[in-house]
Amino acid sequence: MIRSEILRDIAPIIRDHLVVCNIGLPSQELHLTDDQPTNFYMLGTMGLASSIGLGLALAQDKKVISIDGDGSVLTNFGTLPTIANNVADNFILLIIDNGSYGSTGDQPTYAGKKTSLTAVAKACGCENVVECSAEDTGKTIQAALDSNKMTIIVAKCESGNVKVPVITMDPVVIRDRFMKAVQA
Amino acid sequence: MSVNTKIVDDMVANGVEFVTTVPCKQLAGVIDEIDACEKIYHIPSNKEDEGMGLCAGAFMGGKRPAIIMQNTAIGVTINTLVTLTQYYRMPLPMLISYRGELGEPVACQVEMAVHTKALLNQLNIPTYHFHKEDDVNELDAILKYTFMCNKPVAILTDASFWKGY
Repeated sequence: MIRSEILRDIAPIIRDHLVVCNIGLPSQELHLTDDQPTNFYMLGTMGLASSIGLGLALAQDKKVISIDGDGSVLTNFGTLPTIANNVADNFILLIIDNGSYGSTGDQPTYAGKKTSLTAVAKACGCENVVECSAEDTGKTIQAALDSNKMTIIVAKCESGNVKVPVITMDPVVIRDRFMKAVQA
Repeated sequence: MSVNTKIVDDMVANGVEFVTTVPCKQLAGVIDEIDACEKIYHIPSNKEDEGMGLCAGAFMGGKRPAIIMQNTAIGVTINTLVTLTQYYRMPLPMLISYRGELGEPVACQVEMAVHTKALLNQLNIPTYHFHKEDDVNELDAILKYTFMCNKPVAILTDASFWKGY
């Protein structure tokens, strides 16, 4: 299974929650699969999906799912200690770990080699860290939602991309639509 | 009233409830006041671009954010300022320790100081420079301006303002 198949699988589960989606192909795939006002698409700024999601979760009560990638978490490694030490039980960080920088041509990441993001998240002090197969991502997210506990999910999948169009929506429109959904 | 208390009081009066910090020796006092303030959620970040991500999320969640950091952070955060804060048009007051100015004992700090205003200018970021203690009296208006126009705004605070280290 590749990332776009995971996103298609989990769309019905995450649809009713606030979603902050990583830059590049993940946002483009989610936008194509299931565009929702509750989706915040990152058009730039690699690495900050987890930080934006945590800030959003700490600021209000609705559940927030940040969809991140292994490459992006490696870019913003400082995020994991911040998450661990600022617990928001309405926050789920989903790291889709395909061991590669998908949006830039599938160059391998260190997460696909010796580095385990699951072990790193635990070492940073995150309390609920679950590693799952691509196929089990949906039920793992559902369990995390039901638990009402901040959870880090590392979903291991194969690398690979499908052709998707870029997002042409204006960033201020994305943000305004999202903020109205947050307040709804 | 100390400058630190005045800064935190103005933040609270302007509805700032979410503050992220990356420390600097000059900012130690104000960071302590932020941490002690019950009306502000203080979330230290490990790097300033991470902090700006946290602030973007908090803003979209309905809380007014602010970041406290050193001017060296301008070198770290240009991409985030441009592609997140400015691109999505979000407000962000940045209280910045302006190291490398008069009174600076560490020569290396001057290397970033000479670029600080030029970079902020290039980014079209409204910039205010607190040099004398009374300059703090403009903070209230600067905060109101920031949340009025939904832009990142820089407040550079130098060693003379902080009365040394």
